[in-house]
Amino acid sequence: MRTRIVFSGSGGQGVITAAILLAEAAVMYEGLNATQSQSYGAAARGGATRSDIIISDFEIDFPLVSQPNILVCLTQHAYNTYGAIVRPGGTVITDTRFVDIGKKVDARQIELPIYENVMEQIGKPIVFNVAVLGALLGIEPVLQKESVFKVIADRVPEDFIEMNQKAFEIGYKLGSEKMAEIMGR
Amino acid sequence: MEKSIKFIQGNEACVEGALYAGVEFFAGYPITPSTEIAECLSQRLPERGGKFIQMEDEIASMCAIIGASLTGKKVMTATSGPGFSLKQEAIGYACMAEIPCVIANVQRGGPSTGNPTHVSQGDLNQARWGTHGDHNIIALTASNHQDIFSITVDAFNLAETYRTPVILLFDEAIGHLREKLVLPDEGELPIVGRLRTSVGKGVDYRPYLPREDGRLPMSDFGAEHRYNVTGLFHDMWGFPSNNPQVVSDLLRHLMDKIDNNVHSITRYKEHYMDGAEYVLISYGSSARSAIHMAKNRRMKGEKIGVLELQSLWPFPQHLIREKCSKAKAVIVVEMNSGQLMYHVKAAVDDPGKVFLSNRIDGKLITPADIKGLLRIIQGRGV
Repeated sequence: MRTRIVFSGSGGQGVITAAILLAEAAVMYEGLNATQSQSYGAAARGGATRSDIIISDFEIDFPLVSQPNILVCLTQHAYNTYGAIVRPGGTVITDTRFVDIGKKVDARQIELPIYENVMEQIGKPIVFNVAVLGALLGIEPVLQKESVFKVIADRVPEDFIEMNQKAFEIGYKLGSEKMAEIMGR
Repeated sequence: MEKSIKFIQGNEACVEGALYAGVEFFAGYPITPSTEIAECLSQRLPERGGKFIQMEDEIASMCAIIGASLTGKKVMTATSGPGFSLKQEAIGYACMAEIPCVIANVQRGGPSTGNPTHVSQGDLNQARWGTHGDHNIIALTASNHQDIFSITVDAFNLAETYRTPVILLFDEAIGHLREKLVLPDEGELPIVGRLRTSVGKGVDYRPYLPREDGRLPMSDFGAEHRYNVTGLFHDMWGFPSNNPQVVSDLLRHLMDKIDNNVHSITRYKEHYMDGAEYVLISYGSSARSAIHMAKNRRMKGEKIGVLELQSLWPFPQHLIREKCSKAKAVIVVEMNSGQLMYHVKAAVDDPGKVFLSNRIDGKLITPADIKGLLRIIQGRGV
């Protein structure tokens, strides 16, 4: 098994953190190999951000992704820039608040109101990235969600663990319900 | 007992290796893409009684680790191209005064402030010749976190063994990449400690009088012996001398202590080299692309192998010559304008069979880049 994932968005959205949580969960709690890298400019906020993740049973040599199986785009700019690189037959995940899908690509395109749900139920945009991670795993069960919970517990300050878990569940529910709907069709 | 596993950046793997090797003192000035080395050590060193100092600049950082090393501590600093340039004068001093120290240079695009957040391997020859005058240096590198860890331990060991600055020449791509590191147990990797003099207090200690094996036992500065340390040519007591015999003997010693030990300093890995007709020579993050390409082509039956260099200086000329002797073509894969390639050309029987696969645009070289060149060499077009 080899899964190639690209997270893209804008600096400050937590794109890189979400990518790290996912790759770290694969290595620390599922015994898999994973690499996580990122490209970014000199700006701390606002610049275009991309993070590449490879999760594999085998060794990973070249760590960049040219055609992701799963592409997450959290800004219009990211979708316009990277939308076309998704592997044919792969999955593109976007948030309805930030991305307007214009031209369709040859992939399963899943639009979810993740941001809207996070704001309604938690009210804090800081956990949006973790909700996106939940949505990803709800759509594509790359890892057990318990593994991600363990990494959240390792990395997040104690007072914020519950909020992050809740955010994850919001995304997970949106993702898995959407998948059930697609499969049921 | 189960091994401790970490999922960390290459820069953090370097820190883990340094701590394993027993680093006690770090002085530095943060610079992308090396900053995580300083950041992590600023937390980890004080926890174990070591010292971390953020200095006013890179020059002072280099000078501070030289001073600390003389007092008996294992020391390091970390930087990137612009800072590495600033450190050169003091690196020369450490070469001349024979002071063990480790300098990590996580390379970014240059010259000057260049391309801070992007990858390059453009400091290869600077590591060798950045400081003036005849001198020798050791420079090591690695392409994955397990190797970054062990090569960092090696750097400290070689610095102590040969009383020399050792450069760790990493790059942005590997420094910032996150992957698995399995921490070796205590005692799993050998550690070379400081060789201290057995000359007693009050007895004439000659800091630059080599033992029979060529090594120079040290005395912690400020402790039992008074002695002089200088960047000028010096006699066995460390005092300046321009006596022609003293000058040539010292310079010869500085060159020979490394040149005569190239074999034991050389570190490399072979990937799919068995019967390889096409040999890719690479190092650092570029080597990952070369290995990826060779693995894929091998599965298709093509005889392609990778010689991955983990020691760049002293240049392993004989190794290169031997490993390339039967190759139809040799492709040097690196992210500069051919800095290693020229040395490979000089090492092999037929320089005409050496080609360069490179990138100088701040992007990590890809397996497809290398494949494109290979197809041209094979006469198959792209």
